[in-house]
Amino acid sequence: MLLEVAELAVDLPMPRGWHRVVDQTSFSLAEGESLGVVGESGSGKTMTALALMALTPEGARVSGSIRFEERELVGLGERGMRQLRGDRIAMVFQEPMTALNPLHRVGAQVAEPLMLHRGLARTDAHRRAVELLEHVRLAEPERAARSYPFALSGGERQRAMIAMAIGCSPRLVIADEPTTALDVTVQARILALIDSLRAESRMAILLVSHDLAVIAGHCDRVMVMYAGVIMESGPVDVVLRQPKNPYTLALLEARPRPDAPRGARLATIPGAPPAAYDHRAGCPFAGRCALTVERCWSTPPPQVAFGPNHVSRCHRADEVGLIQ
Amino acid sequence: MNFALRFRPRGGASLWVGAILVVALVLAAASSLVWTPYPPAAIDVAHRLAPPSAAHWFGTDNLGRDVASQILAGSRVSILVGVIAVGIGLAFGVLLGLLAAFAKGLIEDGIMKFSDFVFAFPALLTAIMLTSTLGPGVVNAIIAIGVYNVPVIAKLTRATANSVLSREYALAARAAGRGPVAIAFDHVLPNIAPALIVQATIQFAIAILAEAALSYLGLGAQPPQTSWGKMLADAQNVLYNAPRLALYPGAAIALSVLGLNLLGDGLRDALDPKLKARG
Amino acid sequence: MSEPPLLEASSLVKTYRLAGVGPFGRKSARPALAEVSFAVRRGRSFGIVGESGSGKSTLARIVLALDRPDLGAVRLEGRSLFDLPRRELRAARAHMQMVFQDPYGSLDPRQRVEKIVAEPLAALGGASAVERRARVKDALEAVGLKASDALKHPHEFSGGQRQRIAIARAVITRPKLVVADEPVSALDVSVQAQALNLMSDLVREAGVTFLLISHDLGVVAHVCETTAVMYRGRIVEIGRTDDLFARPAHPYTRELVDATPRLDRPTRAAPLAATDGAPPSGGCPYAGRCPFSRARCREHAPILESKGDGSREVACHYPLG
Repeated sequence: MLLEVAELAVDLPMPRGWHRVVDQTSFSLAEGESLGVVGESGSGKTMTALALMALTPEGARVSGSIRFEERELVGLGERGMRQLRGDRIAMVFQEPMTALNPLHRVGAQVAEPLMLHRGLARTDAHRRAVELLEHVRLAEPERAARSYPFALSGGERQRAMIAMAIGCSPRLVIADEPTTALDVTVQARILALIDSLRAESRMAILLVSHDLAVIAGHCDRVMVMYAGVIMESGPVDVVLRQPKNPYTLALLEARPRPDAPRGARLATIPGAPPAAYDHRAGCPFAGRCALTVERCWSTPPPQVAFGPNHVSRCHRADEVGLIQ
Repeated sequence: MNFALRFRPRGGASLWVGAILVVALVLAAASSLVWTPYPPAAIDVAHRLAPPSAAHWFGTDNLGRDVASQILAGSRVSILVGVIAVGIGLAFGVLLGLLAAFAKGLIEDGIMKFSDFVFAFPALLTAIMLTSTLGPGVVNAIIAIGVYNVPVIAKLTRATANSVLSREYALAARAAGRGPVAIAFDHVLPNIAPALIVQATIQFAIAILAEAALSYLGLGAQPPQTSWGKMLADAQNVLYNAPRLALYPGAAIALSVLGLNLLGDGLRDALDPKLKARG
Repeated sequence: MSEPPLLEASSLVKTYRLAGVGPFGRKSARPALAEVSFAVRRGRSFGIVGESGSGKSTLARIVLALDRPDLGAVRLEGRSLFDLPRRELRAARAHMQMVFQDPYGSLDPRQRVEKIVAEPLAALGGASAVERRARVKDALEAVGLKASDALKHPHEFSGGQRQRIAIARAVITRPKLVVADEPVSALDVSVQAQALNLMSDLVREAGVTFLLISHDLGVVAHVCETTAVMYRGRIVEIGRTDDLFARPAHPYTRELVDATPRLDRPTRAAPLAATDGAPPSGGCPYAGRCPFSRARCREHAPILESKGDGSREVACHYPLG
């Protein structure tokens, strides 16, 4: 197993005390597998991704276990993590304009991990960078390498960032909303690119997104997060076709679809995702959930299994889907 | 998404300390109008350079004048200069800045070039030039210092006003049909006020320092009027014998400037509606 | 149709002049809108779909007379907006309001909600303070908020609630037309649904006609009867929304529909590599990306023409289907 995460928790210091943004999160990822993490704002999905890379904000407290290639990452220390980042684990961010340094040429940025981790000389690294830019299907890779980020379009910048991420053939790539800031047609191409890169290199992908359909089209498994807790996880077809968690179901029903009848009421979830949630007090979705009962408020929901690897955290998981 | 916010005082500490210092300054100036321990200009050569005592709290200067009374009287000048000079700066500067931000085009360019032109002259030298030409005295010193505040405020106003005008709520106001004057009063001024307030307190402090410099050079307060700057100039002559005579006006200037800056910071935070709700 | 359309745009052209590099640099021009024409009928909400660079936001501003086109006209109920004297234009604004994309930027953080929502009334003038307060209360309740919310500041509300405040502001003058530029893109999915339901309700119950601009086909399909697809400053197709997405005639519409992620089938990305470079001059702007382009496409730009039973207009030499 490439990555095994057990009871991961992330706390952030707030004026009123610690705020737990990720709680009891456990999951694993095999080599070559792709796992989607889906959630709305405040779900903890981005913080989970950052915790894997030890890139959580200053002052954050990370507890639990993250085992990557048999090595424990929690508590590894900055120097150890720096050796892994860009080399064995890479990250692709949402906004390429801010993730790429506007003052350095694109080619130099793509070459940087190669020089750092593979010890390539500058000219060799640059040549390899151009190859990588071609590999991610950038038209005119030489010109792109010589350009500054502002001269490229959003889609081209994202391709450059992907080139930078895969340069050292990492075993795990974490992509945090990699296409959210892009046009939908560009998004489709970038996702197709990521799929083909994964197929040829067997690298594992953790794809974080708020869009269920993106996850559906490009991941093997999915984890649905809400207020820092994994509400449901399992194979993508199973979870999205037969969800066993009220939150997953509600998310599916709230999406406006191009083929739905116009003006049909979308099933909404009353209220809004919680800003600060006290994790000791029962289920975070209590109150907004149509199936809420007394024990949802007082007792944390149990993990209920439905078949291989399909788990839902809910007191009434068996009844989901039966009430329309 | 809001990541971890470090706990910090809500602008409270700056606000209170600054306010206390500024209030002390204002009280000193106000009370000196009705009472000072001694008439500040009263010369008493027999008791010159006396150390601090019960009779003279800060001692006397080289002409026997009571230092404490002079400090109080000098505060009047500082306040006067600060208020009027900054007032001139705000009145004309905000107007020009708003004009530049709304009118755009050549008018904006013209106003900014004019500001750059004024800035090209070193402030203090220009103040010296103006007071030498117009004649020394507090009034002319105020004018000379005030003139410099105008481009500072104008540039700040234009920059912050442009930033507000680029926000969507300003566009929403236009879409709703509001005219430029309404937008200036309802949206621009309230949103740029914090920056202006902070800048005003900074300019106030600079004005006090500038007046002190001019008076030190003999171009500001003329006898029998006194100011802290003039006290510093006078103290020069007896620095070897009585260094404390430089200390008192120096400390008065420093505390006033400090108080104003702290007040400015505190006010800016206190006026932010977002911070108001927290805590 | 005897009644003039609620909103009519005729041959709008807008070009942005970019400063050249250096004192002798060539000043380049970026066409934002090239001959855009469409009509919105009362009661038939109209959607505009496009990606970045399509010119849709520029169009939104011009339609609301927040920006002047270089050529062309915009008519609201038959009256040409850019020919109106300033006072009449301001009065006309009572009938066309706007909802913006960013719920965090479109509300003045220093004002209370009451003042924000009443702003269009303040622009019109004439309403007393008592009347204004009553209208604000009605508007807030119409969008599902409480009258007591009028006294709060924007930062006390969530993104979804702020967008509702923005919608309340847009409907307080009981406008006939509301232009919404990406009104839900900044919201979470569960909150988006609330805003979209609200918009549908307003269409049904308050007789509001929306001009909804979005990159999201699902959002537009939920509210709008008719939709126009824009690409690089031109409208490439107009049609009844459900029909348009089910049977696109223009290859770009087809590309958009295919690229939209769906749960029931994998997305189909266009086979060619992304070439976002400048379009060939003179020909169809989409020719470089179009899998079906032929020589004629690169030489002659197609014009928007009626097809089939008249409910569809396409700008393509070789429309699909």
